[in-house]
Amino acid sequence: MSDRIADIWGARTPHGRGTVWPARVDLHLADGLGEWEVDRWVQSACLLCSNGCGCDIAVKDGRMVGVRGRATDVVNHGRMGPKGLYGSTPWARSADRLTRPLVRDNGRLVETDWDTAMGRVVEVSRRLLAEKGPLSHGFYTSGQLFLEEYYALAMIGKAGVGTPHMDGNTRLCTATAAAAFKESFGADGQPGSYTDIEYCDAIFLYGHNMAETQTVLWMRILDRTRSADPPVIVCVDPRRTPVAQEAERTGGVHLAPRVGTNLALMNGLTRELFVNGWIDEAWVQAHTLGVDDLRTSVERYHPDEVGRICGIDPDDLRRAARIFGESERVLSTVLQGFYQSHQATAAAVAVHNLHLLRGLIGQVGSGILQMNGQPTAQNNRECGADGDLTGFRNWDNEQHVRELADLWNVDPLTIPHWAPPTNAMQIFGYAEEGSIGLLWISATNPAVSMPESARIRRILGGDQCFVVVQDLFLTETAQLADVVLPAAGWGEKSGTFTNVNRTVHLSEKAVDPPGEAKSDLDILLLYAAAMDFRDLDGAPLIGWSTPEEAFDAWRETTRGRPVDYTGLSYAKLRGPTGIPWPVNDGAPEGTDRLYADAVFPTATDYCETYGHDLLTGAAVTEQEHRAMRPDGRAFLKAAAYTPAHEEPGDDYPLLYTTGRTVYQFHTRTKTGRSRSLNRAAPDAWVELSVPDAERLGITEGDVVRVESPRGAIEVRARVGHVMAGAVFAPFHYGSWDPTGANCDGRQANELTMTVWDPVSKQPYFKTAACRVVKVRDGDGPAPAPTTAASASASPGVPATGGGAATVSRVVDTPVYPNDPAQTVPAGGA
Amino acid sequence: MHLVTYIGLVHRAEQTLADSFRVVGQGHAKEPDVLFTCQALAQMSDEHVRRLIPIIDRYGEQGHGDDVEEPERLHASGLAEVRSGPVGLLRDLQDLHVLGTLVQTTWTVIIQAAQGLRDHDLLKVARDAGGETARQLSWLNTRMKAAAPQALIVAR
Repeated sequence: MSDRIADIWGARTPHGRGTVWPARVDLHLADGLGEWEVDRWVQSACLLCSNGCGCDIAVKDGRMVGVRGRATDVVNHGRMGPKGLYGSTPWARSADRLTRPLVRDNGRLVETDWDTAMGRVVEVSRRLLAEKGPLSHGFYTSGQLFLEEYYALAMIGKAGVGTPHMDGNTRLCTATAAAAFKESFGADGQPGSYTDIEYCDAIFLYGHNMAETQTVLWMRILDRTRSADPPVIVCVDPRRTPVAQEAERTGGVHLAPRVGTNLALMNGLTRELFVNGWIDEAWVQAHTLGVDDLRTSVERYHPDEVGRICGIDPDDLRRAARIFGESERVLSTVLQGFYQSHQATAAAVAVHNLHLLRGLIGQVGSGILQMNGQPTAQNNRECGADGDLTGFRNWDNEQHVRELADLWNVDPLTIPHWAPPTNAMQIFGYAEEGSIGLLWISATNPAVSMPESARIRRILGGDQCFVVVQDLFLTETAQLADVVLPAAGWGEKSGTFTNVNRTVHLSEKAVDPPGEAKSDLDILLLYAAAMDFRDLDGAPLIGWSTPEEAFDAWRETTRGRPVDYTGLSYAKLRGPTGIPWPVNDGAPEGTDRLYADAVFPTATDYCETYGHDLLTGAAVTEQEHRAMRPDGRAFLKAAAYTPAHEEPGDDYPLLYTTGRTVYQFHTRTKTGRSRSLNRAAPDAWVELSVPDAERLGITEGDVVRVESPRGAIEVRARVGHVMAGAVFAPFHYGSWDPTGANCDGRQANELTMTVWDPVSKQPYFKTAACRVVKVRDGDGPAPAPTTAASASASPGVPATGGGAATVSRVVDTPVYPNDPAQTVPAGGA
Repeated sequence: MHLVTYIGLVHRAEQTLADSFRVVGQGHAKEPDVLFTCQALAQMSDEHVRRLIPIIDRYGEQGHGDDVEEPERLHASGLAEVRSGPVGLLRDLQDLHVLGTLVQTTWTVIIQAAQGLRDHDLLKVARDAGGETARQLSWLNTRMKAAAPQALIVAR
């Protein structure tokens, strides 16, 4: 029995380089139930981070009572993390689930039936379409729906209504990953594989506290770093995270650049490769474009200059570059420390550049993992319910649009493709000015998750825009809506989703949703039917109704595209493991890593984008792209470092950065309702460095006021391991609390600013300036966990623990399809 | 030599473009991408102006005066204030584009002359700056395309 709050990653199963990761099955059942007491196990995958661990849902007396990792799944080899174990099912039985639709009458939300609620939506929708046309509609979705639901939403928005205003919470979490892939390789698609962990000599984690955000993937790394022949870790992070500690332990480097200076650091690393000749000239010549411009662009980033800009020791930069330059195989991973910070796309693209300069891509052990934040973000990008065009098509390519119009049997001009699709921040801007009059939000909570909260509340609560929200609970966002639609959650509906590693899982329905709650797919199809959307022949636009039919329809749109699902079906996905796309006649069991042939999807007629200027976001035209004749070569692109938009000054002397803790996910809708998880991180806090705290007269647990030009919060202070000059705040905590208390004044996004990356349009959550003042003495330590990056610098803070019992058992390691350790001779490839 | 006239023209026009980018950025600060991108693009023009200084030191720069044979209506005026609302933003971006086009064609003309004179330094400055002017124009074009449908069809 193990407490996975206290022991986040569980026991180690170390193993040698080039051998298969041993299997270990983790499980947790509620109420002390034994495995033998479970009525049914229903196949699924975990939805509480982007890792996508295969699992089975335990059902007892018609209720979901726990989860068990699937030993046969290629993603997790049976393991589960604390969020998955403790957080997957308790929310479903929560007394405050939405069970009936709500409509706003006389300023108050009141219960009603589906006919009335959907009737109001349809009435407003029809009126706006008649008066102002499709540009009056906006859809803001999630990174947590299923593929089938995104696909239905994409068809409704792009071919039914015909609006370019579609985006999702994916814009906040993963847009930079997608944008960086498109800029470098021509199309979205994760190049690397988790199996690279078993073969690499060095792992670079850029702004990626994997130990807390993807705990199972971190277990996989720990099982290599704690073996006899470990890889070296290099960590780029302003906090001393468990990743940073592992970097020190393995003889690697922890680089802690000043918040907002990532690109200067990356340009410095790139320059070191050129200066030291760590370049595969022949490979670069054959497979890339732009090396001369890149060399010129990074020329002025001498280690001393980078040290000055980033506040790091120039020799640390040299050491990190040497590890990259001299290791035979390198794996790089990237997350929000880059995506949500200044010059996001340029910094993420720079990671690609390093790999391309050495030809370290497409081979076992040499990969790139541009991570996602949310579990199904990948599907939103694939289906195009966000700013993308369905099937990784290029909205700027008339032929691609025609293909899609033929598949959907609509006029190509119905599908908005005259300009870039509208990004989330711009959608909220249009809703603010009222030119979007209907905003439909599904399965996400922008009132807590978007920057500059006061502004978002004003937009959602105002009369200028009619707001529809579909969700499991009456979230901070739903409370501001005009119509609230009760949705079924994970385990209460069927569908597929794809993890950050391109691996597709089927998640089957285990139990019925409560009351009148409906699956998101059914809700969307109800709207489509009521609006009577038709195709060119007068038939209903959407001719299918079940998740499996939706999947089959989607599959047809992927034929001939990089995101090839043509070899997948529900029947195939009911096998022992999730399957990574592309899956087709040539790769019936899927594909472990992309670009093994070093041919990239950059051909002008095939690519998903013609690219952008990384500094300004200006679009490259088709003619310009064609003139470069990329023809399968990858792009090396660069930008100069520029200072962040808000630098600390006299009034606001500290840098403000937001982030995550291991025990909570997103805005806590699920994790906050798990007793084990919520007790471990029950309330908001901010982290200060020891020297800053001393200067400000603040000690552990004191209540402090943190203020930026946009807002303020009052929370308790953890004096911990953030870099001096910076303040860290977890973004999870809104006004809702499971205790029922109203907790205003603790939401991290009150302080963040409305500004976004020019290419990916991802908002910057990590580049504001703030000041901190002590309000009063504390009555104990801050409510921050001690087990990971938020650990206290002061002694005597009780260790975080107290999680319910879980089981963890090592089992015989199965044979995994595509695993190089089992399909090629050991040490080969 | 009329090249001197054109060096004066590009000097003034780049300065005007930089100032106008700043005016439009500040005036439309409610659109953060416009604010911050205009600031970055203004800095590009600032840099062009800075790099022109040694060129001007060599060739001189003709201003207004009795001995100057300067074509009439040589200089374009910049944007002193912005228009309001979504359509106003669109028009302001169009005005910037017109100014940017003047700068671009001026650099084109100077590049031709620099080649004729085999002046490598001037050629480098003019080519670099002309390339960045193209980036400024590309962004304006991209941003106008994005803003146009909403501004022209549904904006209040």
